[in-house]
Amino acid sequence: MSPLAMDPSVLQLVWFGLIAVLWIGFLILEGFDFGVGMLIPFLGKNDKERRVLVNSIGPVWDANEVWLLTAGGAMFAAFPGWYATLFSGLYLPFFLILFGLIIRGLAFEYRVKRQDPVWRNRWDWCAAIGSFIVSLVLGVGFANFIIGLPIKVAETSPVHVYTGGFFGLFSPFALLGGLVLPTLFLFHGAIFLALKTRGTIHDRARAFAEKVGLAAIGGGAVFLLWSNLAYSTGLIGWALMLLAAGGLVAAWLMVKQDREGWAFVGTTVATLAIAVGIFVRMYPNLGFDNSATLDAPLNILTASATPMTLGIMTWAAVIFVPIVLTYQAWTYWVFRKRISVKNIPDDVPEPAPVA
Amino acid sequence: MSPETLARWQFGITTVYHWFFVPVTLALSMIVAIFQTLWYRSGNDKYLVLTKFYGKLFLINFAMGVVTGIVQEFQFGMNWSEYSRFVGDIFGAPLAFEALLAFFMESTFLGLWIFGWDKLPKGLHLLTIWMAAIGTNLSAIFILAANSFMQNPVGAIYNPVTDRAEMADFGAVLTNPVMLVTFPHTIAASWLTAAGFVAAVSGWHLAKINKKSVDTVGSAKRAEDESAHRFAATFAAWALLASGAALLISGDEAGKVMTEYQPMKMAAAEALYETAGGDGSGAPFSILTIGSLDGSKEIWSLTVPNVLSFLATGTWDGEVEGINPLKEAYARGELVNPDNPLQQAYAENMRAFGIDDYVPNIPVSYWSFRLMMGLGFAAMGIGVLMLWMLRKGRLPKDTPLWTALMIVAPLAPLFANSFGWIFTEMGRQPWIVAGVMPVSAGISPGVTVVELWISMIGYTIIYGALAVVEVGLLLKYIKLGLPEVAPVEIKAEDDVLSFAY
Repeated sequence: MSPLAMDPSVLQLVWFGLIAVLWIGFLILEGFDFGVGMLIPFLGKNDKERRVLVNSIGPVWDANEVWLLTAGGAMFAAFPGWYATLFSGLYLPFFLILFGLIIRGLAFEYRVKRQDPVWRNRWDWCAAIGSFIVSLVLGVGFANFIIGLPIKVAETSPVHVYTGGFFGLFSPFALLGGLVLPTLFLFHGAIFLALKTRGTIHDRARAFAEKVGLAAIGGGAVFLLWSNLAYSTGLIGWALMLLAAGGLVAAWLMVKQDREGWAFVGTTVATLAIAVGIFVRMYPNLGFDNSATLDAPLNILTASATPMTLGIMTWAAVIFVPIVLTYQAWTYWVFRKRISVKNIPDDVPEPAPVA
Repeated sequence: MSPETLARWQFGITTVYHWFFVPVTLALSMIVAIFQTLWYRSGNDKYLVLTKFYGKLFLINFAMGVVTGIVQEFQFGMNWSEYSRFVGDIFGAPLAFEALLAFFMESTFLGLWIFGWDKLPKGLHLLTIWMAAIGTNLSAIFILAANSFMQNPVGAIYNPVTDRAEMADFGAVLTNPVMLVTFPHTIAASWLTAAGFVAAVSGWHLAKINKKSVDTVGSAKRAEDESAHRFAATFAAWALLASGAALLISGDEAGKVMTEYQPMKMAAAEALYETAGGDGSGAPFSILTIGSLDGSKEIWSLTVPNVLSFLATGTWDGEVEGINPLKEAYARGELVNPDNPLQQAYAENMRAFGIDDYVPNIPVSYWSFRLMMGLGFAAMGIGVLMLWMLRKGRLPKDTPLWTALMIVAPLAPLFANSFGWIFTEMGRQPWIVAGVMPVSAGISPGVTVVELWISMIGYTIIYGALAVVEVGLLLKYIKLGLPEVAPVEIKAEDDVLSFAY
């Protein structure tokens, strides 16, 4: 880690922290609906069962996704250099993320709009594949932030560019990240489903959580050990690893005993600990490897917006983040009840169209 | 194709496509909220039926707006990284505000509205659609503030140490004169589009009701359907006229603001090569020209005396600068606005870019400007016609001409929106930030032509397929007609949900 030329300002630290919070909020919230999305074609054996899965996240998935948009917008505003170099550097990965988000978002909205089983089955696969692609790319991406993306200043303009190439993103460690994150989301999502449903879907989700939980624990352990050994952040990295491991193991034990609420707390804590560990590692170089550009590094100082912009944004965040959290929490309260196939209305025959 | 050309095409394609869904969404959310408010206050099921019917069409459209909107937010960093770095200190803030204030609000409350019919008390449920509609419209403020900065970069200075534009006055960014006319113009255009949509759907159904056999006359279902569609079509026709009037007023203001801050765009809109008016005579407004596409040679033209002077300056004989003198002034290094600190401070760097053409594409500017206005007037005309056809309880006849008009009603204002934006953005050329940064300097230097082609082909395939899916769904639900509605009541935990996906 290259040392900074000077200490970052309080506002720069606050915004690095807030961007981490937004990403972590996204990973925890959208993480479970990615998991549910991937499970739709597998845990739902008939249409009504699949509709239980869709409706378990129906009212909330879109607002969960806004955490990602806000994280992106906050990066643009608070660290324009970070946003510019990251989004252009990981061009194809971001394109894949957009592709996945498009097909899964429409799947939830459109599958029920026709009664044709082929139509619905196609959209279910869009939900699953889209959720998987985004999870996979994010896993590979975050692993690369741990490693550090090699960059240099562009020849034609002062912006930094990524120099590692598309295939440079697929080191063994990054590939492991690409496996572990979807597995973690599957575990997290299966527990959410068990928590939100009753009857057959609940039972299947629970049984699946017990299995995938072992994979998540094993994969997570290898990933975190590797991360701490090869890309150390010192004591804090090991402490966060223990917290993540504790969360995953507790989640697995709790879901076996039908205590889904506590199990969900477990995977939430694990996701939080892993993500915090990644952002600790990304400080202060924002996930970039500056070794080829030591005289003009891209870091929390050089990527940052001005104190004025950071100050305006801070006021907005202080006022609006609590409001957003309040109404989002209220949504979860309104839709707190478990659902089952009994709650899903039958398809009524559609009237003949006017012609 | 060069990376710059590819990136520009991609921005054009994805933005115009995104804007097929946004105008309807912006105003239809309000119209649905108004219908539900009428139901809440009157208890008349007619308004509930309209709320559910147009609510479903709104949601089909909204979903497309959401997923294509994410592309927009990411695209700046992906394709325009030097632009993002250069202006991020100013341009990023409205985008972050948009996500934090608007996107959370619309997505959360829309989820509550869709799934909350049997969970929330009626008044609270009504509040959710209003919150979603307000959130949707709030996003327009921020994104238009961001776009207005590109047209007229106020509230910023140039910092040579960081080599970028930096925020000097956020209030000035949000109260940009361009923003103050663009926002009402865009909202009015959205109302014109959504009103055209509602008028078309209900107008089409009214003709079909009219066609039904006489046996159905006097039946309760026919009377209910007719009453609901008549209300919606009349409401929409008046909305077409009101929003049309608002477009004329705000468009007139926009013309003056454009003349002041982007005189080249105004000259391009008119293909006005030499300065006109100001010497006691006024500049004429060209309605149509036949000649060379760029208007440099004309065979025949239809013009209205003095109108261009009035549109551009507010006086009937005001001077409007032509393309050629403006071009010479640019070449001499005379900048758009001597009072703009960013443009002044960055002038040296701008010269270093070596721009050799300061003129936007004239045929595109000239014709898109006219198509925007012509299609907008067509939509207003359909509003008048609708009121005439429905006068004193009459119904339109189900003729091919009527059907064709009902297809034109939403498409005319929709394409007017597209041409308006194509004009606004193409007329800004060669700048990405007017008078400061040329488009060619804003691209991502690290992104390869291959990557651009992959994403371009990818977007085209997905967007093409989704257009078919979306229009198919809209047509299906339009043709299914008004839904049967069950009484709205709060359900117990074991009950079947009154609505589920």
